Amino acid sequence: MKRTYVQARINGEDRDFLCEPRQSLLEVLREELGLTGSKEGCNNGNCGACSVLMNGRVVNACCILGVEADGADITTIEGIARGDRLHPLQQAFLEEAALQCGICTPGFIVSAKALLDREPDADEHRIRFWLSGNLCRCTGYDKIIRAVQRAASQLQESQA
Amino acid sequence: MQAFDYARPGSLAEALALAGNGRQVLFLAGGTDVIIQLREGRRSCDLLIDLKHIPELTRIADLPGGGLEIGAAVPLAEVYEHPRVRGDFPALVDAAGIIGGIAIQSRASLGGNLCNASPAADSSPALMALGATLRIAGPAGERELPVADFFLGPGRNALQPGEILVSVRVPALPPRAAAFYHRFIPRNEMDIAVASSGVFLALDEAGRIADARVALGAVAPTPILVPAAREVLVGREPDAEAFEAAGEAARAAASPIDDMRGSAAQRRHLSRVLTVRALEHALRRIRGGQPAGATH
Amino acid sequence: MTTVEKPQYRVIGTRPIRPDGVEKVTGKALYGADIRLPGMIYGKVLRSPHAHARIRSIDTSAAEQAPGVLAVVTHADLPTAADRVEELGESAVNVKEVSENILASEKVLYRGHAVAAVAATSPHLAEEALKLIRVDYEVLPPVLDVLDAMREDAPLLDENRRTKTLMTGELSEKPSNIASYNRFQGGDVEAAFAEADVVVEREFRTKMVHQGYIEPQNSTASWNADGTLTIWTSTQGAFAVRNLVAEVLKKPIAQVKVVPMEIGGGFGGKLPIYLDPVAALLSKKSGRPVKIVMSRTEVFEATGPTSGTVIRVKAAAKGDRLTAVRASLFYEAGAFPGSSVGAGSMTMLAPYSVENFELHAYDVVVNKPKTAAYRAPGAPAAAFAIESVIDELARHQKVDPLVFRKVNSARKGTKMVNGIAFPRIGHEECVEAALNSDHYRSPIEGPYRGRGVASGYWFNGGMQSSVVVAVNTDGTVNLVEGSTDIGGTRASLAMQLAETLGIPYEDIRPSVVDTDSIGHNDVTGGSRTTFATGMAVYEAGMAVRREMVARAARLWGLPEDDVEYADGTVRSKKDGRQFTFKEVAAQSARTGGPITGKASLVARGVGGAYGTHIVDVEVDPETGKVTILRYTAVQDVGTAIHPSYVEGQIQGGVVQGIGWALNEEYVFDEEGRMVNASFLDYRMPTALDVPMIDTILVEVPNPGHPYGVRGVGEVPIVPPLAAIANAIYDATGHRFTELPMSPRRIVEALNGLA
Repeated sequence: MKRTYVQARINGEDRDFLCEPRQSLLEVLREELGLTGSKEGCNNGNCGACSVLMNGRVVNACCILGVEADGADITTIEGIARGDRLHPLQQAFLEEAALQCGICTPGFIVSAKALLDREPDADEHRIRFWLSGNLCRCTGYDKIIRAVQRAASQLQESQA
Repeated sequence: MQAFDYARPGSLAEALALAGNGRQVLFLAGGTDVIIQLREGRRSCDLLIDLKHIPELTRIADLPGGGLEIGAAVPLAEVYEHPRVRGDFPALVDAAGIIGGIAIQSRASLGGNLCNASPAADSSPALMALGATLRIAGPAGERELPVADFFLGPGRNALQPGEILVSVRVPALPPRAAAFYHRFIPRNEMDIAVASSGVFLALDEAGRIADARVALGAVAPTPILVPAAREVLVGREPDAEAFEAAGEAARAAASPIDDMRGSAAQRRHLSRVLTVRALEHALRRIRGGQPAGATH
Repeated sequence: MTTVEKPQYRVIGTRPIRPDGVEKVTGKALYGADIRLPGMIYGKVLRSPHAHARIRSIDTSAAEQAPGVLAVVTHADLPTAADRVEELGESAVNVKEVSENILASEKVLYRGHAVAAVAATSPHLAEEALKLIRVDYEVLPPVLDVLDAMREDAPLLDENRRTKTLMTGELSEKPSNIASYNRFQGGDVEAAFAEADVVVEREFRTKMVHQGYIEPQNSTASWNADGTLTIWTSTQGAFAVRNLVAEVLKKPIAQVKVVPMEIGGGFGGKLPIYLDPVAALLSKKSGRPVKIVMSRTEVFEATGPTSGTVIRVKAAAKGDRLTAVRASLFYEAGAFPGSSVGAGSMTMLAPYSVENFELHAYDVVVNKPKTAAYRAPGAPAAAFAIESVIDELARHQKVDPLVFRKVNSARKGTKMVNGIAFPRIGHEECVEAALNSDHYRSPIEGPYRGRGVASGYWFNGGMQSSVVVAVNTDGTVNLVEGSTDIGGTRASLAMQLAETLGIPYEDIRPSVVDTDSIGHNDVTGGSRTTFATGMAVYEAGMAVRREMVARAARLWGLPEDDVEYADGTVRSKKDGRQFTFKEVAAQSARTGGPITGKASLVARGVGGAYGTHIVDVEVDPETGKVTILRYTAVQDVGTAIHPSYVEGQIQGGVVQGIGWALNEEYVFDEEGRMVNASFLDYRMPTALDVPMIDTILVEVPNPGHPYGVRGVGEVPIVPPLAAIANAIYDATGHRFTELPMSPRRIVEALNGLA
């Protein structure tokens, strides 16, 4: 099978890989690059478990081909913390008990980061709207929303 | 998923040449439909042509006279974040802001939404209400087609082999006019329209309805315009009675099917309800009281 | 939070960060599909396109020659399974039927039924090879509806199946799709109906619904030349997987090791096995580790949802008393027997003291996927029926619906329908707390707005647990357990150990280990882990305390009776000398070696759990859409070990219930094809579809557990269906008896469409 050479910046690192055109970005991240933090829940853009940032926007890695990532800047859940310093969203998810099984958590954190990067003062309705592409079946969303609100206020305080 | 080749042309000419080379070709813009369809075996191709590196398809540009030309592959998020779209064409924000979730909107495009030709596509009734046209490039040159004439049936559009949808042209609205789009879905997001209504309303100086368009989604094999609604609206006061008459015309024009997303009876009923509500929202927008975007 | 005389705890009731949290928020935690082994290849399963068909032949020869393919298997590769029942703790399964469900032999019984599997060097190549397998089917008429399946002339899924009457053990003469019938009765129902002020009779219907966990089923197997087999999988019960795989593949249990990966949700759906033996056989044939991950469509079509049901209820009230209930419960089992009708019938009346009752329970096979457990399996549908009827009775009698529930509440000593008396239970306390809640005391106003309430019950499970506690020389502690952590039980178990030992929670490191590394643990299901494994943790902690006392006694030259353990300190009763926990730990090498404690038990003293929910809705009469305005769930949680995770269980269960009530359903076409097998069209609630879910934790400690723990995970899904139906009635005056109460159903009813 013919494979294509692709270069991309992934979690701040220049990476290159070979992939078949039919391989999704999610498959490449997970199976070729060992970045298994992005999860496959539906493989058709309806659950958000594979949310990653691509050139600053949140995308579903299952709906993108690996070859399309050429030249892109990609951040996965593995790139959200700085060393052993958690991002305020990650810390808030822990403190608010915003995860149960945790399979949707990477997608929620990545997606919520994209929101707070753009709209640090997003209100509850806006958070719920933004995160409606991320399904969670364990928490009923309550604690996830609270975690995002907590992180938002912490981020705002730290910038004030 | 079957194997296929991938090409990333940097110009329209290059893309047209690739599209005309005799292979079984599909086009890739945001990919949120076509990649899934390839994966699930609902479509197949030998060559997938990525259109996201062609200047004409990836920019938003002003048209003379106040209209706007939106490249067919521009992601929806860039469409609804664009200041001119937000300011002058909020009905496009209504539609583009609810197709899939935020992550889908980062990739999906108006061109893809239109070419996929789903009867339930959100952008179609909005663009039909706005009177938009499509710029199509092909081996024989370019042509322009009203959005309303683009749909031939579920999943079938008017593109000829080798043709590429380049951009969507939205004309400027007259004064005292607005468009509005909304849909009904069982959830509040991440759903396919059970029925939808896009409307355009223009008032004359006396405040009567000077022009109107009503377009419906998901109630026929293609999105449809409802000329009868226009007929009952034009010349009348924009009041509840007029809107109810237009809603009734919409209900009569709908020819829906029963499927797992909704019943025919429900869809006919919704055609009226959504059209009345859309007209009310459009009127509010003319009077300055209806922001762009989701209404729930 | 309501507290009923509870001891003062040091760790229990606090809200520490879970031990596995950081791995899960940074993407490092490894779930089943994340595993990657040297030489690993990928498996894919060929599934039946027909809901009911006889397999005439399977030709795999072309697939075997396809590029990259290293193995192909069919049912012929499975050993002949014993026709016997294996206890899985919360459920029991017939091994032959498990084997048939894993790979069909003579018949396919539902669309999605596995027929063959391929392993290849890439998942894409495996998928391509599937298309080369030729299966010759004789297509048979399917039977999809539970009542249709019970008709005498219905197509039979299994010509040899006879109806078993569970009270007597008798088998019917004629073959039938009714796998079993059971009856509970007490008092004189007819006499009570005759004397009643009001009798309400209704028929309720619910559709098959899925647990909807976000992580698809997966299994990776490595079969060694010596016959040993290792399986990495996401499961609610590694030991259940091990034992069943050993049974299905006819291997000694010790040759099978199951490594539990992190699990991405289960709700009962990850109790059965589907892929594990298939991956094992592909590994055996190919000599390579084989990973199989289901697609979302496969999850919907080929794993176990919960039963669709028809429930007929006739119930009577006299004054403010519920005097009689007669109900018939018809539950779809799916392709093989074993619906949740038993639990449905047992839980239906559990919140109440009803003198006269008669319950008939039918377990019926249909050409749909074999059902599996789903959070309080069987109870939500039964509660939907009875709690709707109770709402009608209370309204008719002009009694507040909560007061009606309180008056008729079951309490300690009330007999269940099976004649066993309840221990201390907290239903009455829940209703009382609901009555006193801010929510219930706040008026609901506005057109098309309404309020509904409902109660629910779940038994909770006990079963087997085994843990080991090892004290390190610096006084930190390793807690070794075998219960899948599906939502915070590492934390709730470590907290109970910290409480028992009187040491900081942070000093304890819990690990969920593989089946070679600890004694048998039953599944994480039945809301049992914090209760039962918690009990084992307590026992193991007490063993450590005794050992520490013995070590200190030795050092001091005192008899052990003169030494006591309190608050993490070992103390001489004679002279007040003392060692801290850390000090005893530090001296372990010269006092007899490593200090450990272990416990293996079958947990007794299960405390059932009750919930009472209040919901306010608004209905858009023109579109039929229901908006949940406010939701309060009151629950007797025994003792909330980690209140945040208790609240989380309740909130999650409520939102699943909201989805079930309003939108979720399996939609089948006439041929038995599920037409909405995706997250797009299955319509689980998103964050935008629900409000914050308020919880009121009532703590009526379970006398059967050292810390008063009751299971909390399942009961919250029981009341929502009826509570929402009752609220919609309050808002619209229309009584909906069929789920889901989708916009379509509501708009058609309110506008006379359809």
